[in-house]
Amino acid sequence: MALSLAEVEHVALLARLTLSENEKELFAQQLGAILEYVDKLKELPTDDIEPLSHILPIYNVFREDHCRPSPPREETMANAPLVEDGQYRVPRII
Amino acid sequence: MELYELTVHQLVNLLDKGEINPREIVDSFLNRIQAVESKVKAFLTLDEDRAREEANQACRQAGGLLRGIPYGLKDLFCTRGMRTTCASRMLEDFVPPYDATVVNRLSQAGGVLVGKLNMDEFAMGSSTEHSAFFATHNPWDLQRVPGGSSGGSAAAVAAGEVPFSLGSDTGGSIRQPASFCGVVGLRPTYGRVSRWGVVAFASSLDQVGVLSKDVRDSALVMNLIAGYDPLDSTSVNLEVPDYTVFLDKGIKGMKIAYPREHFGPGIQEDVKETVSEALKWFEENGAVVEEVSLPHSEYALPAYYLVATAEASTNLARFDGVRFGLRDEGAENIIELFSQSRANGFGAEVKRRIMLGTYALSSGYYDAYYLKALKVRRLIWEDFQKVFGDYDLIVSPTTPTTAFKLGEKLGDPLTEYMTDILTVPVNMAGLPGISIPCGFAGGLPVGMQIIGKAFAEGTILQAAHAFEQGKGLRNQKPPLGVN
Amino acid sequence: MSSDYEVVVGLEVHAELKTESKIFCGCSTAFGAEPNTQVCPICAGFPGMLPVLNRQVVELAIRTGLALNCEIADYCKFDRKNYFYPDLPKAYQNSQYDLPICKQGYLEIDADGHRKKVRINRAHMEEDAGKLVHQGSITTSAYTLVDLNRSGVPLLEIVSEPDLRSPGEARAYMEKLRAILLFTGVSDGKMEEGSLRCDANVSVRPRGEKALGTRAEIKNLNSFRALEKAIEYEAGRQIAALEDGEKLVQETRTWDEEKQVTRSMRSKEEANDYRYFPDPDLPPLRISREWVEEVRASLPEMPDQAQQRLVSDYGLPEYDAGLLTLTPDHLNFFDQAVALCQDAKAVSNWMMGDMTRLLNQNNMEISACRFTPAQLARMLQLIAAGTISGKMAKSIFEEMFDSGEDPERIIKEKGMAQISNEDELGKIIEEIIQAHPGVVQDYHSGKEKAFGFFVGQVMKATRGQANPAIVNRLLKERLNREGA
Repeated sequence: MALSLAEVEHVALLARLTLSENEKELFAQQLGAILEYVDKLKELPTDDIEPLSHILPIYNVFREDHCRPSPPREETMANAPLVEDGQYRVPRII
Repeated sequence: MELYELTVHQLVNLLDKGEINPREIVDSFLNRIQAVESKVKAFLTLDEDRAREEANQACRQAGGLLRGIPYGLKDLFCTRGMRTTCASRMLEDFVPPYDATVVNRLSQAGGVLVGKLNMDEFAMGSSTEHSAFFATHNPWDLQRVPGGSSGGSAAAVAAGEVPFSLGSDTGGSIRQPASFCGVVGLRPTYGRVSRWGVVAFASSLDQVGVLSKDVRDSALVMNLIAGYDPLDSTSVNLEVPDYTVFLDKGIKGMKIAYPREHFGPGIQEDVKETVSEALKWFEENGAVVEEVSLPHSEYALPAYYLVATAEASTNLARFDGVRFGLRDEGAENIIELFSQSRANGFGAEVKRRIMLGTYALSSGYYDAYYLKALKVRRLIWEDFQKVFGDYDLIVSPTTPTTAFKLGEKLGDPLTEYMTDILTVPVNMAGLPGISIPCGFAGGLPVGMQIIGKAFAEGTILQAAHAFEQGKGLRNQKPPLGVN
Repeated sequence: MSSDYEVVVGLEVHAELKTESKIFCGCSTAFGAEPNTQVCPICAGFPGMLPVLNRQVVELAIRTGLALNCEIADYCKFDRKNYFYPDLPKAYQNSQYDLPICKQGYLEIDADGHRKKVRINRAHMEEDAGKLVHQGSITTSAYTLVDLNRSGVPLLEIVSEPDLRSPGEARAYMEKLRAILLFTGVSDGKMEEGSLRCDANVSVRPRGEKALGTRAEIKNLNSFRALEKAIEYEAGRQIAALEDGEKLVQETRTWDEEKQVTRSMRSKEEANDYRYFPDPDLPPLRISREWVEEVRASLPEMPDQAQQRLVSDYGLPEYDAGLLTLTPDHLNFFDQAVALCQDAKAVSNWMMGDMTRLLNQNNMEISACRFTPAQLARMLQLIAAGTISGKMAKSIFEEMFDSGEDPERIIKEKGMAQISNEDELGKIIEEIIQAHPGVVQDYHSGKEKAFGFFVGQVMKATRGQANPAIVNRLLKERLNREGA
């Protein structure tokens, strides 16, 4: 079952993706179909199952509190689309 | 035989004997690329000058196992000073100021980076048709896909453009193209190889691996790239064995399981037959081969598409037009900047998966989708644990079909997702798996998948090598209509 | 505030942890560097980058939790908190959602005349975002500049239960919390530098009502004073609204320091859905009880303990002891001075009085004080020995504060030594008595003022340096000897 346009728009806003009207319709339908497919998972009783969020049995991975010099600013900002006074420039925040 | 037709170990042999020099090797491969690349279209970026310069250097200095031996990298691996696009408009001009850890390791071993290889955009896809730039063609049939998402990596090796390449495998992205292109593709255990500098798709599923012409090469390259990296908190601090030591141990007494669910109705008949033949070979040569069940197999794919897309939706959120990547210059406020830049930078498949992943994590849906998928993930992992309690390896076809035609699966996303049905369970359980050529069906390569216990890459290579040698199926060359 | 209502306040405090390097990379955390010079691809959220957790962050979190009487979790993890903002490079913040490292603690405050326990719900580790500098105005085109130096600096978020009932209590809580953070060495606690930040959740309810009212979250509180004023204002606003029959809405408000009011920050955009989930890039933490005990054993004296010590060892009033234990710098100064001169009461008086006054006037931290505890101790010893009068001491103290010179030096240079020599004083008294026979008469006929007159004259003649006690005694003796 397709998602509603409102749901598609809500998710698109959360994900910061501008979608055309065509895209919205297409995604509503495609995402609906995919979600229907994944609904298959409901067949499995999992109330007593622990989620597996970390696949490896490792814990406490640390680094020591040592400072090392940061790379030169020009190097890190070389790919920046718009820079002013050594800072990234963005349009106004509402 | 031309140099470009040889494997890494054969080239190393010749180098050691002084019969060839690094420059000759690189020239041979660069000439081969010139000859076939217009048909294969595996490369997004090719840097011949740099390759020749590095080869010249290798001639002057001694040392390094791979001195002068060229290789390619899926364009997902960050390379300092060399464009890294992830096959996306979003990163079309991105030049990282760092090398991925594995790139450093290959470089230190003397490897010569020839260029960056085509892929599905941000590793999302199974055909390489989702590259923002162009599709790669399967060297065995130029009308067909090479598979994905490491399609360029597999095609380049199959076509003799590079002797080996690195790819990444999140749901089958090394094994499936290896299967389609008739080459060897190894996905190591999660945590075996460092992910630092490899653009993340799904953090708990991604793993770096090798595509090569034969199993020995796979072992050689694994020796170089595997191992703990203090920059990657998920890389495991476990000693790396010399994988080549496993190669000639043979398969006598090995216990091999084949899951009945992986030989079911959704699999192309001649693919099933070819892999069944391979199983017979194992049995005839001293292995114990038995049918088992992985009862939750059919749930692996739906669970995967929730976990992977959820993680991907957050991993790709950093692409916002502020610090790097495509930026919508006309944006008048910050929301427009983010939303327009991302709309312009990402292709349809990427957008689709971001949407799906965002939805799966969103308020009201988290429990039913993402959390549920993580629980199913544990069930899948337990299935494998049970089987590996009694067996050393699990064997199945790598893909349900041989390579499909370009354009064939672009209409409906779900049909393309289905091609991962046999590979995805391995990623969900964090296990290692290889695809090796095991024959042909309708003139197209068929791949056999061998899955091992965690950190048992050696055992996988052992069985794969025995089969490869026994059946003489190594280093096959597609006609490509050239010569 | 109408006594029909009570105000209910909970505080969310973010403290920057005093580590050398950031939480997930080796960039420096030092304050005040040129923009984007303490940034690397990891804390700038570049593709392919991965976090590695700074062990010291965990250590400091455990230390703080113990100082706040919390339970330290034996298992915890990091989650991704997802939202888009230009100061957040990964578009998610690593934080701890459902399994924080510390839970269920408390601290004690003295406020409005009573001691009270304020419960702490949780404390968790998270990373800071970068800094935004807004440019332009309504008339010129507005834009924003982003500096990522602060991105990745480790924070501890400490959340209290809504146990506070007045602006005074809120302030006392902040002062105690800051003292604890300073004493444990966990943070600099400087609100003006941003290493200590506070948001207040404020609601009101009719007295006696158990249910909580609708709360407003107040942001942009840059000082303890602003915190008090904002709570006062907001409580008043809410009460007025309720009495007008308005329905209050749960919202975020910002404190306008200029206009001294809170303003709604409600945007047209819907509330954020943070889509928390466990971060796969960071393995979970198992905190052994051995580690916790090691940290506990290394805890220094806490403010409350120090306060009790000052009360029981020196008999200082609780209030005074509280002020002297506001920061470790204060306590150290006090302890060192007392060790040298043994007069805790005097040290306390001078520190709480003139010293605090002069530090405030000059906008100085006690650590910038130019004189040492030893110098203060010596000044107090000189007073006790009668070398200088209490009055003289005030100007000597001011000079010492300005120059950091030894008190003995100052006394010498300014010729301020108190005159205690009885022969010298006796001579002066004799001269004055001879010069004012009329006043002598007045004294003998019972006029009290006459005595004061003579004291004044002696002081004048000695430029105020005569030892008053000795003058009084000698004068009495002389006058009484005279008359009959």
